[in-house]
Amino acid sequence: MAGMPDLVQLTESGLYCAAGDFHIDPWRPVPRAVITHGHGDHARSGMGEYHCTEASLPILKWRLGEQHYHGYRYGQTFVLGAARVSLHSAGHVLGSAQVRIEVDGEVWVASGDYKRQPDPSCAPFEVVPCDTFITEATFGLPVYRWPAASEVAQEMVAWREQCAARGEAAVLYCYALGKAQRVLAELQAHTAQPVFLHGAVANGVEVYRRAGIEMIATQPVSETRSDQRYAGELIIAPPSAAGSAWLRRFGRVQQGFASGWMRIRGNRRRRNYDRGFVVSDHADWPDLLRTIRETGARRVIATHGNTDALVRVLNEEGIAAGAFTTHYGDEA
Amino acid sequence: MKRFAHLFRELDRSTATLDKRAALIRYFREAPPADAAWALYLLSGGKITGARQRIATTGELRQWVGLLSGLPPWLVEASYDQVGDLAETLALLVDDPQTTLPERALADWIEGQLLPLANRDEKERREVVLAAWRGLAFDERLLFNKLLTGALRVGVSQRTVQQALAEMSGIDIARIAQRMLGAWTPSAGFLQQLLSTEVLPSDRRQPYPFFLASPLEQAAETLGDIESWILEWKWDGIRLQLIRRDGEIALWSRGEERLDGRFPEIEAAATQLPRDCVIDGELLAWIPGSAEPLPFTALQKRIQRLKPGAKTLADAPVRMQVYDLLELDGEDWRERSLLQRRAALKSLLATQATASATDPRIVLSSRVYAKNWASAAQLRDSARERGVEGLMLKRGASPYQAGRRRGDWWKWKIAPLTIDAVLLYAQAGHGRRSTLYTDYTFGLWDGDTLVPVAKAYSGLTDAEILELDRWIRAHTRERFGPVRSVDAHQVFELGFEAVNRSARHKSGIAVRFPRILRWRRDKPMADADQLQTLQALAR
Repeated sequence: MAGMPDLVQLTESGLYCAAGDFHIDPWRPVPRAVITHGHGDHARSGMGEYHCTEASLPILKWRLGEQHYHGYRYGQTFVLGAARVSLHSAGHVLGSAQVRIEVDGEVWVASGDYKRQPDPSCAPFEVVPCDTFITEATFGLPVYRWPAASEVAQEMVAWREQCAARGEAAVLYCYALGKAQRVLAELQAHTAQPVFLHGAVANGVEVYRRAGIEMIATQPVSETRSDQRYAGELIIAPPSAAGSAWLRRFGRVQQGFASGWMRIRGNRRRRNYDRGFVVSDHADWPDLLRTIRETGARRVIATHGNTDALVRVLNEEGIAAGAFTTHYGDEA
Repeated sequence: MKRFAHLFRELDRSTATLDKRAALIRYFREAPPADAAWALYLLSGGKITGARQRIATTGELRQWVGLLSGLPPWLVEASYDQVGDLAETLALLVDDPQTTLPERALADWIEGQLLPLANRDEKERREVVLAAWRGLAFDERLLFNKLLTGALRVGVSQRTVQQALAEMSGIDIARIAQRMLGAWTPSAGFLQQLLSTEVLPSDRRQPYPFFLASPLEQAAETLGDIESWILEWKWDGIRLQLIRRDGEIALWSRGEERLDGRFPEIEAAATQLPRDCVIDGELLAWIPGSAEPLPFTALQKRIQRLKPGAKTLADAPVRMQVYDLLELDGEDWRERSLLQRRAALKSLLATQATASATDPRIVLSSRVYAKNWASAAQLRDSARERGVEGLMLKRGASPYQAGRRRGDWWKWKIAPLTIDAVLLYAQAGHGRRSTLYTDYTFGLWDGDTLVPVAKAYSGLTDAEILELDRWIRAHTRERFGPVRSVDAHQVFELGFEAVNRSARHKSGIAVRFPRILRWRRDKPMADADQLQTLQALAR
């Protein structure tokens, strides 16, 4: 392997595979892009071709409109230039994928964003053995360890009931794509009471429903009668709705945020949320380490988040590790 | 401890004072008195550890959590830098227990487990702490760690706690506040006395809670007729309550600390007073005969001296500029008007022994007269030359209240001095600002190098803090533990109250109360101010 150029390199436009002449989740327009998932920091408009999973197509079409798409099943091999490429489930959001690249027997895997916790709204993570693993590191410190999502869903229901007793509405902020749908899927097991949705969330829920994902009953706030009362109701909205005039219709509210960042009290207190719910679509610290070990990779490149600590731990374990500075990480 | 951990969580979550008060009342009603007394002590900022009472140093706690979690020291430190709260970091790094320890009351944890552990050998202390970490659920583990690392800091003011107690017991909040001043030992007995409806003999030995002024943010004209206000200079010293009862003298600081013995010249002058009294005023370093006080740095030399020697007494003699009378001949005067209190204070001081006339140590803070607010503003502008911070505006009819109450007492400071300085270093903040770079060090030009001159933490909006945090991460030059040096580029306008010469600072000067006034994105860093400019302002 000595002397062989790296299969994937960091360029001004993003991660680039020269052998296959394609970029992975580029942040500038390029002729050919392989897209891991539909979040805005990974799937951008302006690419000549989009290579992605079939399962992510509805999301990409919703977000980017009609483009020149090539959809593939998970595990299906396709050839780009001299590279054999396949997409494997990343367990992050519906249709999310890791990119496996094989050239002359050498295998690289770029993870995109991933998690290992069970998630009823998307396919589970698949461990793909490789020589080099390009991993995310959003929560790359040992303080980040997630509780089971079903426990968190129970806490959400208990919170809504406390709000009901006080005559308040429970407004829960979730990222509109992925987190909101996962929470709605998790809630099914713990309550039957329908959930109200902000318009930005409702669109994503519709996409998930059409893909066959089962979620609790929902109703867009925009379609409610003008005399609808919200005390005791759960409303899911994107974080950008916090502090907006849109909130006024609900009367007295408590506000919660569902994010891995809520593991740290200071993050919640700074934003003045009443509640923080620790639920993340990214791997926590133990799962980052476990995943890297399971891939068998001898070399690891961390792309975004708290890369420093992860890189140092891996190097101390004898795994050659480094970092790429990318433009990912706006959506955690 | 579950009950107190639950209260801590309710307080930590709540963003409304009313909810906090309700949670406190519920707790104080239901908790056993010994627990409630400790809870009160801890919520008031009390600590159970200290230099003379060592249960676990922060270094030991870091080391022990490494032992339990298997994490190397650097990773424990990196975690702390991210979380910004040691107690929370430790709680997060430990696994949740499979089986929890049997419940122990808060008082039992403290009196039965932790206090007897003080100053024992390392192994004994470590074993108790590790056993607690292994057996306590997250909320209790966090609280346990808070007991070991210092104050709770859970966003509850002492006044909120006192309001809850007052509402629950029906005792006047002023009495509760007074009984809680100074050092006290948390116990069921103390709590009983605190909430006693009788007037206790011990009530006679206590100072009164200080009445604090609020900064005047509106135009002075909105205060109405200047005739109904008393204006005084705002001194830059140490707020002090002088108590003389049955001829005995006690000095109390605003930090609720007895300062007896530190300022013998004040105590001597107080014994010369003709009557028993409680006086409120400002302690200043002041050379006799001089028109203005020495800068605050001179007074700093005196604060730490328990028994000042002759040289210290000669270099930095102190005097008290007094402005209020709270008690006279054992009678509480706080409900009377400020005009009445000042008049009585004036005649009390007028009858001081003649020996002190040439070198007075207790001096009435003179009233400043102005025809209207415009001429008051002109007087205020002369504050810096007079060695004061501005004007105090006090309503003549106002009673002496407790704590910071808006409306009757205002501090009207002069506009700050300003410089344009360059951001050099940043450090992650704590509490609400954890995980963000919010503690900044700024520098000025000395020739072609930038010399650090001030640290500032406040003044930016939340949006600016986030933006600057991102910039800092993208423009880090070097890291020194939690501190990052950044590319010299960003210029900020800093405001401060005064500049003093200082041998302790590399730049040779120390600025008082620096804060950020504006982010000068328009200004290239080459145009930031020179160190000489600041040095020229030093007193």
